[in-house]
Amino acid sequence: MRFSIYRYDPGKDKKPYMQDYDIVLDVVDKMLLDALIRIKSVDDSLSLRRSCREGVCGSDGMNINGRNGLACITPIKDLKEPVVLRPLPGLPVIRDLIVDMTQFFKQYHSIKPYLINNEPPPETERLQSPEERAEIDGTYECILCACCSTACPSFWWNPDKFVGPAGLLQAYRFLADSRDQATNERLDNLEDPYRLFRCHSIMNCVDSCPKGLNPTKAIGKIKNMLIRRTI
Amino acid sequence: MAIIKRKFDAVIVGAGGAGMRAALQLSEAGFKVAVITKVFPTRSHTVAAQGGIAASLGNVTEDNWHWHMYDTVKGSDYLGDQDAIEFMCRQASEVVYELEHFGMPFDRLENGKIYQRPFGGQSQNFGGAQATRSCATADRTGHALLHTLYQRNVQANTQFFIEWMGLDLIHNEQGEVLGLMAMEIETGEVMLLHAKVTLLATGGGGRVFQASTNAFINTGDGLGMAARAGIPLEDMEFWQFHPTGVYGAGVLISEAVRGEGGYLLNKDGERFMERYAPNARDLASRDVISRALTTEIREGRGCGNNADHLLLKLDHLGENIIRTRLPGIREIAIRFAQVDPINQPIPVVPTAHYMMGGIPTNLHGQVVAPYKTGPEEVIQGLYAVGECACVSVHGANRLGTNSLLDIVVFGRAAGDQIAKDLRKNLHHKPLPITVADKTLARLARLDGQKNGESVAQVGDLLRQTMQTHCGVFRFADMLKQGVVKINEIAERVAHTEIHDKSRVFNTARVEALELDNLIEVALASMVSAEGRKESRGAHARDDFPIRDDDKWLKHTLYFSENQRLDYKPVRLKPLTVGSFLPQERVY
Repeated sequence: MRFSIYRYDPGKDKKPYMQDYDIVLDVVDKMLLDALIRIKSVDDSLSLRRSCREGVCGSDGMNINGRNGLACITPIKDLKEPVVLRPLPGLPVIRDLIVDMTQFFKQYHSIKPYLINNEPPPETERLQSPEERAEIDGTYECILCACCSTACPSFWWNPDKFVGPAGLLQAYRFLADSRDQATNERLDNLEDPYRLFRCHSIMNCVDSCPKGLNPTKAIGKIKNMLIRRTI
Repeated sequence: MAIIKRKFDAVIVGAGGAGMRAALQLSEAGFKVAVITKVFPTRSHTVAAQGGIAASLGNVTEDNWHWHMYDTVKGSDYLGDQDAIEFMCRQASEVVYELEHFGMPFDRLENGKIYQRPFGGQSQNFGGAQATRSCATADRTGHALLHTLYQRNVQANTQFFIEWMGLDLIHNEQGEVLGLMAMEIETGEVMLLHAKVTLLATGGGGRVFQASTNAFINTGDGLGMAARAGIPLEDMEFWQFHPTGVYGAGVLISEAVRGEGGYLLNKDGERFMERYAPNARDLASRDVISRALTTEIREGRGCGNNADHLLLKLDHLGENIIRTRLPGIREIAIRFAQVDPINQPIPVVPTAHYMMGGIPTNLHGQVVAPYKTGPEEVIQGLYAVGECACVSVHGANRLGTNSLLDIVVFGRAAGDQIAKDLRKNLHHKPLPITVADKTLARLARLDGQKNGESVAQVGDLLRQTMQTHCGVFRFADMLKQGVVKINEIAERVAHTEIHDKSRVFNTARVEALELDNLIEVALASMVSAEGRKESRGAHARDDFPIRDDDKWLKHTLYFSENQRLDYKPVRLKPLTVGSFLPQERVY
């Protein structure tokens, strides 16, 4: 099978280039990550992040034939040859398929991704009805792989000012949590021409999320909360 | 060569559930803590835990910690230390409520309390009816727990050193641990982290097996560091094979499937667990079920063309339960087994899953080893928690959902004990001059190696050897040969070569250094398994099929130097209640 893979080692390469690999796959190689490990066993210089190999750790996000996804849950049989692999777009490349995610995590941290509740906790659990709890389904499952934010043109333009779909999905996760008491503070933190409102509902995020989550919908709900607050 | 040095009150190696729970305790107490981690914290393997965290909240069925303690002791096949088990089970409810207060999104019951589901080996009233003790977030409990702990650490301003790998512990002549050597993966820079306290929370080493539910990062780094520093490894013969890994892929299918009412079938459509565990059936202990599956396959009742797997049926639970309680399992089955469990059973095989053994500690997380006066002297400056540690609450077999509990309880306990240490011990101890030499020599060897074998090749051989010689059932001659083979492989590990010499994010170098740790784990496991002449929990020998409490109710200690084995007694005396004395173990 033929692969064309983005290569760049700042220690020795003046500029990035695409390297072709023809690899004979084994019957046990089902996912793209299996193929990459097969390539790496021949060329140990190919660099990528990977860990759980089952789509829950979020390490191996990359651009696969033009779309962002996780290598470990992308079946080889669905891929057109040559399989073109590039690092996630819009973030600085450290080496080969490895990007510098500092900016991505900075935006995640900017939404205060932790429960804020200043009342002294009860002796047992805080109660939450199944319906209240269901409000955060489809948000907390995010694995921070960055496939969505790095597929978003608004994030490409303003990664320092626009929170991006991943961060906003988590902003909604805490806004929607019946146990959280910082709704106003959280909305203030987003009421800004860039932080939230750079989302133009292009929906690349929905298209690229390997977990099937819908950041655009969550962003819409935040916008509604802001509108309701003003009237 | 001048090495950059940095000083911290405490260095924590590993940012999974155990490391982050400890970090939180220390950050909130105001100490200067560095958490170094090979991967971004939320990518640690805790994220993959599925079914739940055990605590006797009693939200669904009546429950109490003493029953939980009994189940854990019995599950451990009486090898667990009963003081540590009492400590863990008593604190379970408190630490789960605390996680909920931190914001962990548990599923809820109609009355608003935390959702709980039944799991294997859980009983009411000391071996009576099935208990419902696993607190769950659908089938993504580990993900919810790990992200919550990361979030809480962000709030507490914990300092993370992300994509750093621990290489070797540093210590002085008295054996006191003074910190560690570490490498920043992005730059290849090696640094000395000088610490008053070092906590290993590096997780398991399940990657020593070819078929494993474990992530690639689970290479036993803490165990390798400990073994190279002369610290023994405890009970390394005890490896849990999870009954339900996806056939061919190894990916985990949670016991929660059986907790929600799923069951196993052989090729005749027989619910075969009824024969092996008449009462608990599909919710017997994992060691019991894995042996049953392996026996079914060996006796020709496996499914498929090669009669080499079994089927996990759950379609009768109905689409609603599967979609709401087991959505992750459905996703995995569709992706890795090409079946939708709403209509079809999932093909499964026993798959290496969890390391019951590890670095010996007491219940404060302090590493203990025989030194001058007794088998459990505290090694100054060194702690270990989580799967890399052996405290030992799991003994010879861990119960499902006790691992998430273990990491949170002992992560917190270690954090508290470290805070106490730091309050009385204000100075960094002086560093011997040669402290970095061994690590630098190891790195120089790797960089300079010519005509060596590839890391991938030698690693594959190691994994195959463990799989063949140290599996669900163990045979005397296979273990003997296994020890010889693993020693031959160790020789080859010492001469691996990497072609990538770059300083920048060199994952080939990382994998070579990981192999140095995997081989320590494999050696310890094979030698300890060969040494234990009985069957107990997950260690099932063909030539010694019976548990032998007279001779073997004791913990193994493996020392890397000369591959020496030693033993120490099991702590049968709990903290406040009476002992559970060994009995025949039936489910």
